[in-house]
Amino acid sequence: MSKYLATKFNDIRFKNPVIPASGTFGFGREYEAFYDLAKLGGLCSKGLTLEPKSGNTGMRLWETPAGLMNSIGLENPGIDAFIENEWPHLKEIDTVTIVNVGGKDEESYLTAIEKLNAIDAQLIELNISCPNVKAGGMAYGIKAETAGDITKKVVELSHHPIMVKLSPNGEAVADIARACEAAGAQGISLINTLQGMAIDYKKKAVVFDNLYAGLSGPAVKPIALRMTHQVCQAVKIPVMAMGGISDWKDALEFIMAGATCLQIGTINFNNPMAPIEIIAGLEAYCINEGLANISEVRGIV
Amino acid sequence: MAVILSNTLVAPGIFKMTVAFTGVVKPGQFFMLRAWDKDPLLSRPISVHNYEPGQLTFLYQVVGKGTEILARLQTDDEVTVQGPYGNGFPEITGNLCVVGGGIGTAPLYYLVRHYQEQNPTGKCRVYLGFRDIAYGVDAFETQADEIILDIGGIITDKLAVLPGETVVTCGPEIMMAAVASAVPAEHTVYVSLEAHMACGIGACLGCTCETRSGNKKVCKDGPVFVREEVFNV
Repeated sequence: MSKYLATKFNDIRFKNPVIPASGTFGFGREYEAFYDLAKLGGLCSKGLTLEPKSGNTGMRLWETPAGLMNSIGLENPGIDAFIENEWPHLKEIDTVTIVNVGGKDEESYLTAIEKLNAIDAQLIELNISCPNVKAGGMAYGIKAETAGDITKKVVELSHHPIMVKLSPNGEAVADIARACEAAGAQGISLINTLQGMAIDYKKKAVVFDNLYAGLSGPAVKPIALRMTHQVCQAVKIPVMAMGGISDWKDALEFIMAGATCLQIGTINFNNPMAPIEIIAGLEAYCINEGLANISEVRGIV
Repeated sequence: MAVILSNTLVAPGIFKMTVAFTGVVKPGQFFMLRAWDKDPLLSRPISVHNYEPGQLTFLYQVVGKGTEILARLQTDDEVTVQGPYGNGFPEITGNLCVVGGGIGTAPLYYLVRHYQEQNPTGKCRVYLGFRDIAYGVDAFETQADEIILDIGGIITDKLAVLPGETVVTCGPEIMMAAVASAVPAEHTVYVSLEAHMACGIGACLGCTCETRSGNKKVCKDGPVFVREEVFNV
């Protein structure tokens, strides 16, 4: 463990603050060919729902300048299959495990959360911000009142600490973060993808069957950084930031904006080694700057 | 990073790139290629046109920003080649009939070459269809027992599969669907699909295709499937 990067997120000890983001990393298996996953600060599952989901039909990916639009639609095997097939593998990896959970209505969120009480993950990331599903998803995350309401119910039911993943597509994000904190959330993660649109002019048609889709990648970084800063100013609970982080310098900017941990998303597709390179870069920065720990620059702007 | 040994125009918009690479590479597999930083963001999945120890060749069509950059690369430039990915074609025994359309002919050359090495007495017939200009046909001439070439027409109009042949097709989806429904049921037909991909390794779920046995990933479970899995035949 690097003394420079050891990070506490509430009581959870991360060996470093770098975690691949949900939806860009499967359940980790695909990346084991590239490096030892125990080098990561943590692992976050693909977004799970109570029932299996086959995801969206039609085109699912569309590249934009320095960005990527996706309309995967939470394709996943469902909570039961996750617990049976993926969790036994995931829990053996010597790092913090985070389970990402979404839902289509209150009941499906709560049933999923209850099922997850059977396993000992360190943190649940409550996804109330997926823009790519018709029911639920982002609907809960775009208003402070509904975000706080679902968070409160989930916190009451769950044995796990709850980190709420926020949408950049709703009301003022700081207000939503405050509502989640007041409801008992123990952390905030942001940003989920920005809702966008693509039209194929040659086909005179929209690209995605689901009409709108989520934009991620380096193109969204300035927006994610601004929102991270706003939320870090607004709440006392720790923040796990993401949105276009593609190298250690980006990662450092989010820490300076106040983030405790970082999630690395779309850049995994561009460079599978990105999280490992970011960890190495942050450590080298600490050494070069004479920092005892990366937390010395957290929230300095 | 791999060093480019050559990168030449072989037909309008069609380039052939050979890079220095040594590894285990099967026909029908693909690599993720990139020679840029973050824009375009993603690597480009390109099928293997040929592999000999130390030399990996891609035949690719310029269709957008990524392939435009690839086309400008010169000998001794470097390109990132990540792979090989995908399962590739199964080992074919008996006789082989391949049906390629356009740039979909690219992976079929390595298949035919490999087949001839493994089945010296096997017969291999090749159907190649192009919209306006043919390319890469010479290479097949040294390997195939018969070549049926079509320019500007519909290759499946000429298709007549012989008894005992296994069929492999790669090209526009509409062509592969036509092959899949035209070939009598007693033949095995393999199709090699193309899809937009972000990662190439099965993590992004961007290339998911619907099959008879549920969702499959074109990159990791394919790109080669038996026709019954992916087409209604």
